[in-house]
Amino acid sequence: MSIGPDRGRGSRILTDLKGSGGGQRSVLISLASTLVLAVVIVALVVTSPGWPAVKEAFFNRQVFEDNWRGILDAFGLNIKIFLIAEVFILVFALFIAILRGLPGPVFFPIRMLAIIYTDLFRGVPTILVIYILGFGAPALQLSWVPVSPLFWGIAALVLVYSAYVAEVYRAGIESVHASQEAAARSLGLSRFKTLRFVIVPQAVRRVIPPLLNDFIGLTKDTALVALIGPVEAFRQSQIDVAATFNYTPYVCTAILFILLTIPLARLTDWLIARQRSRQLAGGAR
Amino acid sequence: MRLRRTGLASAATLVALLAVVAAGCGSKSSESASSTSTTASPTKCGPGQLNLLARGGDQLTIGTDNPAYDPWFSGGTPKGSSWKYNDPTTQKGYESAVAYAIAKQLGFTPAQVKWVVVPFEQLFKPGPKSYDFDVNEVSVTAARKKVVTFSDSYYNTNQALVAIKGTPITKAKTLADLKKYKLGAQVGTTSYDYIVKNIKPDKQPAVYNNSNDVNSGLKTGGIDGIVVDLPTAFIIVGAEEVPNSVVVGSFPAKGGGDHFGAVFAKGNSLVDCVNQALATLKSNGTLKQLQNKWISNAGAPVLK
Amino acid sequence: MSENGRALQLEEIRKSFGENEVLKGVDLDVGEHEVFCLIGASGSGKSTLLRCVNLLEKIDSGRILLRGDEITRPDIDVNRVRRGIGIVFQAYNLFPHMSVLQNVTLAPRQVLGKPKAEAEDDAIVLLERFGLAERRDEYPDRLSGGQQQRVAIVRALAMHPDLMLLDEVTSALDPELVAEVLNVIRELAEGGMTMLIATHEMSFARDIAKQVCFLDQGRILEQGPPEQIFVEPREQRTRQFLERIVEAGRL
Repeated sequence: MSIGPDRGRGSRILTDLKGSGGGQRSVLISLASTLVLAVVIVALVVTSPGWPAVKEAFFNRQVFEDNWRGILDAFGLNIKIFLIAEVFILVFALFIAILRGLPGPVFFPIRMLAIIYTDLFRGVPTILVIYILGFGAPALQLSWVPVSPLFWGIAALVLVYSAYVAEVYRAGIESVHASQEAAARSLGLSRFKTLRFVIVPQAVRRVIPPLLNDFIGLTKDTALVALIGPVEAFRQSQIDVAATFNYTPYVCTAILFILLTIPLARLTDWLIARQRSRQLAGGAR
Repeated sequence: MRLRRTGLASAATLVALLAVVAAGCGSKSSESASSTSTTASPTKCGPGQLNLLARGGDQLTIGTDNPAYDPWFSGGTPKGSSWKYNDPTTQKGYESAVAYAIAKQLGFTPAQVKWVVVPFEQLFKPGPKSYDFDVNEVSVTAARKKVVTFSDSYYNTNQALVAIKGTPITKAKTLADLKKYKLGAQVGTTSYDYIVKNIKPDKQPAVYNNSNDVNSGLKTGGIDGIVVDLPTAFIIVGAEEVPNSVVVGSFPAKGGGDHFGAVFAKGNSLVDCVNQALATLKSNGTLKQLQNKWISNAGAPVLK
Repeated sequence: MSENGRALQLEEIRKSFGENEVLKGVDLDVGEHEVFCLIGASGSGKSTLLRCVNLLEKIDSGRILLRGDEITRPDIDVNRVRRGIGIVFQAYNLFPHMSVLQNVTLAPRQVLGKPKAEAEDDAIVLLERFGLAERRDEYPDRLSGGQQQRVAIVRALAMHPDLMLLDEVTSALDPELVAEVLNVIRELAEGGMTMLIATHEMSFARDIAKQVCFLDQGRILEQGPPEQIFVEPREQRTRQFLERIVEAGRL
C-alpha cells in the first residue's frame, strides 16, 4: 500500500499496481478482460430470439442518422439549463447553509426558515415543483411575475437542488473541526470572515464528491423542464419517436447524456485526488 | 503507458455500449421480419376466420390510450370504471362509435368487444401486440407505415388554431402572420409537425405531454396559440377547457391533411377485413352519420 | 480605560461546563513583559483558563482586565480584543488550505486591513527570524510538527499582540522537535513579550518564568517564583505533583 500524501498524478490504485510489480502488464490484462466481457455480453444479446425486432426498434441506423442532429441541437438547451441552474444553485445553497448555521436565540426564526425550506424542497417531487411553478406562477397574472416557462423551469430546479446542496454544504461546514474556527476567531477575524476565508473554503473542498454527484443528477433533471413547454433533447427525441414509431431517438439521447456524465465523473475523481493531499493538516484534531 | 485506471472504466463503458450499438446498426432496416403480403391471397373475413388475439375467435380486442378525450370518446366514466374522462365501452364518441360499428360488421356483439389501455408510446414497441387494432387519433404517415400497418382512413381533418379572445394573435389571417407568435402542441401529434413544416415560426414552439398541459400553456400565457386538430379545437373552446378561448381558424391541408387510421401489428391480415368493414360503413353512410353526430361541423375561417 | 501598568488581571474567574465547575475562582495578576507559567495536571483547568482570557469561552463570573480595560463587560467588541491577544494551541490549528505565508498574512490583511505587499513583507521578516522563510509557499502538511507550531506562533505574532497565550504548545510534538519551539518562545520572552504559558515542560518553565502558578482542581493552589515552587513548594499537593513529574523524568 503506498503511503504518504498523493500529489494527484495518477490514482492511488495505479501506484499500488506499480509497487507490486504490476504496471504495464496489469493494465494490459485489465484491458483484455474488459474486452472479453464486452464480447460475451454483446454475443448474449445478439443471439437472443427477439433481437432482430429489438435491433430494428432501438438501434435503427436510418432513424439515427435522420434524427441525431436535431436531438443534439436540442441538447444544447439541456446544457444551457444545466449551466445556468448550477451557478445559481452553488450560490443559493451556500446562502441557505450559512443561514442554517447562524448561532444564538436571536437567529432562531432564520434557522427555522432554512430548515423548512430544505425539508419542503427535498420532500416535494421535482416534477411537481416544475408543474406548480411553471403553470401556477404565471397564472397569478401579476405583472412583475415572469411568464416564461424556461425561467420557471430553471427556477424550480434551482429551488429543489439548492435544498439538497445546502445540506451537503452544511455537512461540509460541520466537518471542519471547531479548532479551525477557534484559531481564526482568536486572530480577531469576525464570524463572517472566518466563514469566508477559513471554514467555507475547507468545507467546499471536502464536499466536492457529493456536490458533483448532485450535479450529475441535475444533468438528467434538466429534461423535466420539457414538461412545461421547452423542447430539450429528451422531448425532441420523444417527438422523433412518435413521428417514426421507432425508439432509436431515445438511444441517441441516452448516449448524449452519458457523454456528458463521463467527463463530470472523471472531473470528480481528479478533484478528489488533488484534494486528498490538502485535507491532512498536521496536528489538527 | 500511462493509462489511468479510472480512464479504463469509462473506456470500457463506451466500448461495451458502442459494441452493442454497432452490432445493432449493422444493416439498414429495409426488411421487416414477419410480414405477410396482403395481396397474396384474399383474406378470409368470415366468423372464425379472423386473425385475432382471442383464440376462440369470440372477442375483439381494441386498444386506446387512457385518458380518452372528447370528441373521440364521450359519455363520461360510469361508476367503477378505470378510465379517465370517458369510457370507451359507452359506445359514445366518434372513435368509440366507429370501433363498435366495425366490430358489428365483423360479426361481434358489443359485449364481445374488449378495450385495453395502450399508452401511445407502447403502440409500436417490438414484440407481440396486446390489441387486435388500436384507435387513438393516429395519423397515417409514410414513416409510420414502415413499422405498423394502418387501416384505411376513418376520418380526415385539418389542423386549427386556438387562442384567447382579444389577444393579438386572433387577428392573424395568414400563416405568415403567425410567424412571430409562440405556438404550442402536444407531443407526438402531427400538429407539431404542421407548425414546424408549414408555419415555421421564429420562436421554437412549445411541446407538452398531453392535451391538459397544452391547455395550461395557453391559459398561463406560456404560449400564444394552440395548434390542434379541428374537432379537438372545437371541444377546447366549446367545453371551455380553456376559458374565453376561440378557434381563430383552420389551416389548409398541406399534403392532404391528417388521416386517422386504425393501427395494426405490421402485416396483420386482419386489416383487410377491417378495411372491408370501413368500405361498407362509408358506402352506406354510417361513417358520415357518426361524424355528424359526434364531431362539430361548425365552420372556421381558413388561415391561408 | 485606565493605564495602570498591569498587563492582565483575572479576578475571581469562575467557569462551569454544565454540571462541572472547571474554574472555581481564579485570580491572577500579570505585569507587562512578565512571563507566567501555568502548571498542573490535565483537567486542572489550564486550557480553559487561557480560552477564557481571549474570550473563546465566556466566564460565568469574575472579571478579566487587559491593561486596565475590562474585557468581560457585555458590550465589549470581542474581535477587537482578540487583535491584541495572540494564542497558540497544542494542535497548531494552521489553515490547511493556505500556504504558510497565507496563514500568516490572513489576519493582518483581513482584520488590520494591511495591503498584501506590506503584510507579506512583515510576515517574511518574522518567518526569517524564526528560520522558516524558505517554507513560506509550502502547505502545512509538508512541514514537521515543530515547524508547524513555529508557524502558528509566527501567525499569532504577525498581529503584534500585547499578550501571548501558549496552551501546551509542545505537548503534541516529538521530543526532538520540542527544543526548536522552546527556543522560539525563549526568544519572545527575552524580547519582552508578556506571556501566559500553560506547559508540562518544567525545566523550561523554571528557566523563563517570572511566576509559576500551580493550578489544581480549578484554583491556583500555589503561586511563586520558580526557585520557590520547584525547590520548596509550600502545598502538599504541589509537592505530590512535582514528585510525579520528577519520577517521569521530566524535571
